[in-house]
Amino acid sequence: MPNITVNPTRMELTRLKGKLRTAQRGHKLLKDKRDELMKQFLDTVREVRALRREVEEELMTVHGAFTVASALMSSQALEQALLDPKQSVKLTQTTKNIMSVNVPVYDFQTQTRSDADIYPYGFAATSGELDTAVDALGKVFRKMLKLAEVEKSAQLMAEEIEKTRRRVNALEYVVIPNTQDAIRYITMKLDENDRATTTRLMKVKDMLLQQSIEEQRQRDAEVLERFRET
Amino acid sequence: MATTYRIAVIGSWESVMGFRALGLETYPVTAPEEARETIRELAKSGDCGIIYLTEQLAKDLPDVLDRYKDELRPAIILIPGREGSLGIGMNNIQQSIQRAVGADIL
Repeated sequence: MPNITVNPTRMELTRLKGKLRTAQRGHKLLKDKRDELMKQFLDTVREVRALRREVEEELMTVHGAFTVASALMSSQALEQALLDPKQSVKLTQTTKNIMSVNVPVYDFQTQTRSDADIYPYGFAATSGELDTAVDALGKVFRKMLKLAEVEKSAQLMAEEIEKTRRRVNALEYVVIPNTQDAIRYITMKLDENDRATTTRLMKVKDMLLQQSIEEQRQRDAEVLERFRET
Repeated sequence: MATTYRIAVIGSWESVMGFRALGLETYPVTAPEEARETIRELAKSGDCGIIYLTEQLAKDLPDVLDRYKDELRPAIILIPGREGSLGIGMNNIQQSIQRAVGADIL
């Protein structure tokens, strides 16, 4: 029996039994949590992969559009056109609780009223391609925000799953077997003590009996002696 | 509680200029070290919700990505720069799966 230094007492046994019950219960709960988290995680990951592929593709298109725009305009003019944004974006973040993991939920408000009026420049000095590019980027941006949300969720959930998995394993392969070993050890020790006590008592009883028989014989002998003398 | 946060975009000037028109905060940088410094400052300010970082810069800053992986804020999200996607973003998803499952299952 390795690495057990427990006092083989009844109190310790009760304590260990309680500990084992708690560990087993915790193990079951954590296992359930891990399974459910894993299910959610895989769903999220699937979403992230699809969304990321989409975003990357669309963003490349947008970059292409910007390249075209910058080819048609001088870089100074382009820089000037984009220098002073008309709209500003405010991000609000709330958290959602998925299986005790706090994942972010993003929402954003733009400062300008309508989507049509996002161009921060006059149309005279810029090419039409720039409008298209900015417009397209505005559309991709919504997806990018969603991507940020699910990707961060996936990362946070991965961390939580890892933690939970470690705990489940620690309970399953270390805490529970060790406690069971300790309980078995104490039970055996206590039984052994019981047997030892029983044998001792029997021995003592035997000795007492022997003694009384001895005494009885002596008395009998004395009585016989007296009887013979008379 | 809903507080407002900023969204930052870090990358080469060509890659980030478009986002400026949308009203995001853009940080045109040229070197990875510059980006590292910018991220650090943004994270320290505490009111930056999302940082979009181009993969061209991210490929030299894996330690920065790891550092903020488990934090709720800022969320560092990789986007392809103008030079095209390097597949780092996809790779990171794979890595987080590996981390969660302990094996590559997909």
